[in-house]
Amino acid sequence: MRLEPIEAPSTARRVIPPALAIAATFLVASLLALVAGGNPFAVFGLILKGAFGSKFSILETFNSATPLIFTGLAIAVAFRAKLWNIGAEAQLYAGAVLTVVLGTGALGLPAYLMLPLCALAAMLAGALLLLGPALLKTRLGVDEVVTTLLFNFIFLLFVSYLLEGPLKDPMGMGWPKSARLTPEARLPRLVEGLRLHWGFALALISALVVWVINTRTTLGYEMRAVGQNAEAAGFAGIPVTRVILKTALLSGGLAGLAGFSEVSGLKGALTLDLSPGFGYTGIVVAMLALLHPLGVVLAALFVAAIFVGADSMSRAIGVPSYLADIMLASALLFMVLAILLTKFRLRRD
Amino acid sequence: MDLLDILLSASFWAAAIRIASPLIFATLGELICERAGVLNLGIEGIMVAGAFAGWIAVWGGLPLWGGVAVAMLTGMMLGLVHSTLSVPFGLSQHVVGIGLTLLATSLTFYTYRVVLPEVSSPPKITAFQPYEVPFLSELPLIGPAIFAQTPLTYAGFILAGLTAVILYRTPLGLAVRAAGENPSAVAAQGLSVTAIRMGAVTVGSGFMAVGGAFLTLSAFDSFFFDMVNGRGWICIALVVFGAWKPGKAVLGAVLFAAFDALQIRLQQTGIGAVVPYQVFLMLPYFLSILALVLMSRRAEIPAALMVPFNKGER
Repeated sequence: MRLEPIEAPSTARRVIPPALAIAATFLVASLLALVAGGNPFAVFGLILKGAFGSKFSILETFNSATPLIFTGLAIAVAFRAKLWNIGAEAQLYAGAVLTVVLGTGALGLPAYLMLPLCALAAMLAGALLLLGPALLKTRLGVDEVVTTLLFNFIFLLFVSYLLEGPLKDPMGMGWPKSARLTPEARLPRLVEGLRLHWGFALALISALVVWVINTRTTLGYEMRAVGQNAEAAGFAGIPVTRVILKTALLSGGLAGLAGFSEVSGLKGALTLDLSPGFGYTGIVVAMLALLHPLGVVLAALFVAAIFVGADSMSRAIGVPSYLADIMLASALLFMVLAILLTKFRLRRD
Repeated sequence: MDLLDILLSASFWAAAIRIASPLIFATLGELICERAGVLNLGIEGIMVAGAFAGWIAVWGGLPLWGGVAVAMLTGMMLGLVHSTLSVPFGLSQHVVGIGLTLLATSLTFYTYRVVLPEVSSPPKITAFQPYEVPFLSELPLIGPAIFAQTPLTYAGFILAGLTAVILYRTPLGLAVRAAGENPSAVAAQGLSVTAIRMGAVTVGSGFMAVGGAFLTLSAFDSFFFDMVNGRGWICIALVVFGAWKPGKAVLGAVLFAAFDALQIRLQQTGIGAVVPYQVFLMLPYFLSILALVLMSRRAEIPAALMVPFNKGER
């Protein structure tokens, strides 16, 4: 069997496979819902209602989308340059740690200085955490997939140590939890009285900035060239190593911002369950968005809606909320296949 | 010094071999995939699925070896999904592998919740018991360390031997290795690179799942959500450390496991009173990264690893 490129794909060729991928995802989810004793229509109806049914639930979806926009951007930036950063989870926590270190009373700064400082420090922490594996890749050829993955485990243990040691809240009654941020270090709400915080706006701005970098700057051009063919990019005079390192700094920085936004905007303190896998879900978000920064925003909202909706569906009729994770993983696999099939056909020899 | 006492005790080496066993299965599985040219990042999820499938089958009434078979089949099905996407369609092995890990893990947790909706702690099964090999288990030190393990551990070492023989001494093994080194040459011989690679990934994934099942059927007697805990990723590092050779990979797994057993014991000594326990738990992951760094300069990596093969294309 071999793949044969399609010269000029028809509109049907470009639309039908992705549509089938979405249909297949819902088919898989329906079958699994049936297995768990839930009527698929009721399940999807409740997911939709749970995600968008009320003002509260819509804001909840937006809040849940916020860290996913950051991690999705982090992954999209890296994957576009074929830098396989699977360590956004650790980079997120690195950003959160720095936010807590600076924002719990160590510095007596007003909010307009405190917040940018925390955000920059969080970006720096995330960026530096990815710089290690990126250097190992460029210097020694060590595959970054495994190193970034292993760093997730290492860094979570480090956070666990911090929360039981140096960063432990003295008033925390023994729970592994940091002290709360001072009011100056808290991101305010977008609209007074509503739960949505400025992190969401920051996420949208970040998506715009990444889009501008991708389309309007030399770095954006170089990142794509390195991702498409590093060897050819090198021949064309692009400093491949430096581009990879810059990509790593940008990607890690974006993931670090996710940690800042979650602690400063939503939680107010650091715990070990700050992220239920935002770093990994960011991979799905980025892939569903075809690595496009503005697409990441939409994909993150979609993914967040499924998560928020599935939680409320699960409470209502008892179909496990892991259905959401299954839908996303299968959507990812079906979608990458569908996108291939818009450009190639499989021929038997 | 109590370090020497630890290193000379049979119980320490027995623990090392026990900890190494799931790694041996999964490392061999990954090695077979990579030797055929496919990086299988589904390993972590496949181990989770295997751990659950084997355990739930035994809980449902199958004998222990039946559980192992169910785990193997579960892994092979997941391997078939991986290889269908990554081989004939040539999709990014990174994306497919991570997608499969997410899918297998969430499917496992979903099934767990559906089958056992109301339990606070998972039910226990009667796991594999140690089998003392006659005569050999009476040898000093080596006896209790190596020859008083559970049958699944022995199976792991036998599998390593079999894998080495098949890879290096049979036409099948030659075909698998060639598919990972020079697929065009394989195609020129009239063999199907697609079939060889898909077969290798499917079988390799089965072994990974048995590695997962070792945790629930032999090391422990129950299933927990965070049971696999990065072991799959460690196995990928072990394949590199073992330079893609079964014997060295097993050696690497045992060394790694010895280190893991050592850090558990060191936690209980004077050092453990001073150093936070998280540092000990980090060591295995750091060790894996170190292994990758140390081995990075050697060029034994299969030449066509991660390179999709499309017939008629150069």
